[in-house]
Amino acid sequence: MSTESALEPATEITSWGRVVRGRQRVARPAFRDRIDMAQATAGGTCLAVGLRRSYGDSCLNAGGVLIEMTRLDRMMALDTQSRVLRAEAGASLTDILTLVVPHGLFVPTCPGTRFVTLGGAVANDVHGKNHHRAGAFGRHVRAIGLLRSDGRRLTVSATEQGELFAATIGGLGLTGLIEWVELDLVPVPSAWLEVETVRFASLDAFWEIARASAATHEHTVAWIDGAASGPALGRGIFSRANWAGAGGFATHRDRSLRLPFDPPFTLVTPATIRWFNALYDRLGARNGQTRAQHYALFFFPLDRIGAWNRVYGRRGFYQYQCVIPPAAQEQAVRAMLQAVVAAGEASALAVLKTFGELPSLGILSFPRAGATLALDLANRGTRTLELMEKLDAIVRDAAGALYPAKDARMSAEMFRAGYPQWTRFAPHIDPAFASDFWRRVGHDR
Amino acid sequence: MTDSGANKRVIILGAASAIAERAARLWARDGAALVLVGRDTAHLAAIAADLRIRGAVAVHPVVLDLSTADARRELEEMTKLIAHIDVVLVAYGVLGDQAAAEQDFVTARRILDTDFVSAADWCLAAARQLAAQRAGTLIVLGSVAGDRGRGSNYIYGAAKGGLGILVEGLAHRLAPTGARAVLVKPGLVDTLMTAGFAKGALWSGPEAIAAAIRRAAERGGPVIYAPWWWRLVMLIIRLMPSSLMHRTGL
Repeated sequence: MSTESALEPATEITSWGRVVRGRQRVARPAFRDRIDMAQATAGGTCLAVGLRRSYGDSCLNAGGVLIEMTRLDRMMALDTQSRVLRAEAGASLTDILTLVVPHGLFVPTCPGTRFVTLGGAVANDVHGKNHHRAGAFGRHVRAIGLLRSDGRRLTVSATEQGELFAATIGGLGLTGLIEWVELDLVPVPSAWLEVETVRFASLDAFWEIARASAATHEHTVAWIDGAASGPALGRGIFSRANWAGAGGFATHRDRSLRLPFDPPFTLVTPATIRWFNALYDRLGARNGQTRAQHYALFFFPLDRIGAWNRVYGRRGFYQYQCVIPPAAQEQAVRAMLQAVVAAGEASALAVLKTFGELPSLGILSFPRAGATLALDLANRGTRTLELMEKLDAIVRDAAGALYPAKDARMSAEMFRAGYPQWTRFAPHIDPAFASDFWRRVGHDR
Repeated sequence: MTDSGANKRVIILGAASAIAERAARLWARDGAALVLVGRDTAHLAAIAADLRIRGAVAVHPVVLDLSTADARRELEEMTKLIAHIDVVLVAYGVLGDQAAAEQDFVTARRILDTDFVSAADWCLAAARQLAAQRAGTLIVLGSVAGDRGRGSNYIYGAAKGGLGILVEGLAHRLAPTGARAVLVKPGLVDTLMTAGFAKGALWSGPEAIAAAIRRAAERGGPVIYAPWWWRLVMLIIRLMPSSLMHRTGL
């Protein structure tokens, strides 16, 4: 109905964490031949974005153009025998799962939300609870259609322009516009998982369970009580699962609850966190029990509440997600949890998982062997920033790295320390592509 | 044919629009046979490939300029492709540029020709087919802009308002035959999903309108608002006295 290739006037746009915002123009092409590179780059730089579930500023390009890819969400080819899907980059995992689960297929790994696009999954080389078995998302990508700002359409893969392929996986959308993705799918015996929850009273116990579970369970993750301190520091609930052999292939439902309004202040305070964590602890208390859980509930519990990020009110929130190499992981994770408690903060959602050894394919990929800790922190201004600087010091000393998809504030030094390969990445950046994140970590344009 | 909504045989006029494509996906998932009509060969091919993967048993792209084609003859040809019609969805149109149309009557005329004259042709042709079958549903995308003339879009509004009267009349005419005609009026459709929540509660995605269209193929009508509460919003707008209306920029 409307003119499809027109740029909208500049609008203030924010990302999932709702801390960073900026004015930018948006193009929303509905067809691949309507992506107008000349128009998008006429006044400066552009960046292709998907569902903008990145928490910080890696999906923003203030003063420039965002090419929103969500209307480019068509399936292009599906071979259920060889288990290969090719789809436009704006196709979301929620849409793909609706299509492939009835065929007994699943995506090889998935993040904690199904509201991510294929392009976003590639650009952030996302990981899931099965990292110790499957590695990161990029390992399952067969080929990528890349549109560069000079109008060239390239097909990149491990064998065709391998360096550009490796730069594009985890490349934060900076190597050009990801137009389509060809992905390997995996067979699953049902849409259900056999999930076992195990309570642990300390961090030491966590490491023990994590080591044992890696061999027996395809999916592992732990929730940490971010309000616990002293001898209880690091207690939590370990959740481990394997696909269930039976149960059928029912897909998820698309309905979700929504917060009907935007609370003027955060509902997430140390008091409510203590209450929530205590409640979660009670509910998760069926220690050692195994039960069948649908994939939607196991992989995407927060998707049941649409726009849950709004509970943090107008000031938004940060997520701090780091990875620590194996040698330092036990000591560093303990130090970080202590720092959070010492700062008088409490993380509403603290998630701890061990990554496996399978190397990520991307030059800038975040997942690497070790442990990853993710902390949601309500934005309380300077206090919160100071806490994260303390956490930075621990991560840097442990030779760890922060996850750009979650980050809204790391320094250039911190980025370069975590991603020393950035110099190998930089030559592959499309000269007309940029993001607020990339500018912030010390690069011009 | 069936009440379940499965295995529908559907002709979509203006198949490349966001709303029409999402409605087509809902039918495709349930094993529909679809005729997709639009102007651009490549765009129809991309949509057709997607719909086949999503479960459509047959997809027939037809490249045609709907605003100039011979509706009656072309619709007969399309019907042959699927043998029987369960649904004809009229989803094409131009929003047009009201400011330009006020200065340039050719632009104004083009909006009226496409959104009313040509759409009416196709509606009449579809009604003829459905009446002969004594079954099937004509679904026409209207607009809340057709409910009351407003300074910002009265030319488009006039075309859509006129089309609404036509569809209501067709619904009346078809009632004894078993065929149906339904006007679906979307409210504000966010096909440009930008600033997070800045667009507020009045906006809906094209998926919501598509779901209403799919329901309209089974029951309801002859006038459906999508989402339903737009009926209340438009009631208030229609009842607003002109003295008040004229002070707003609506």
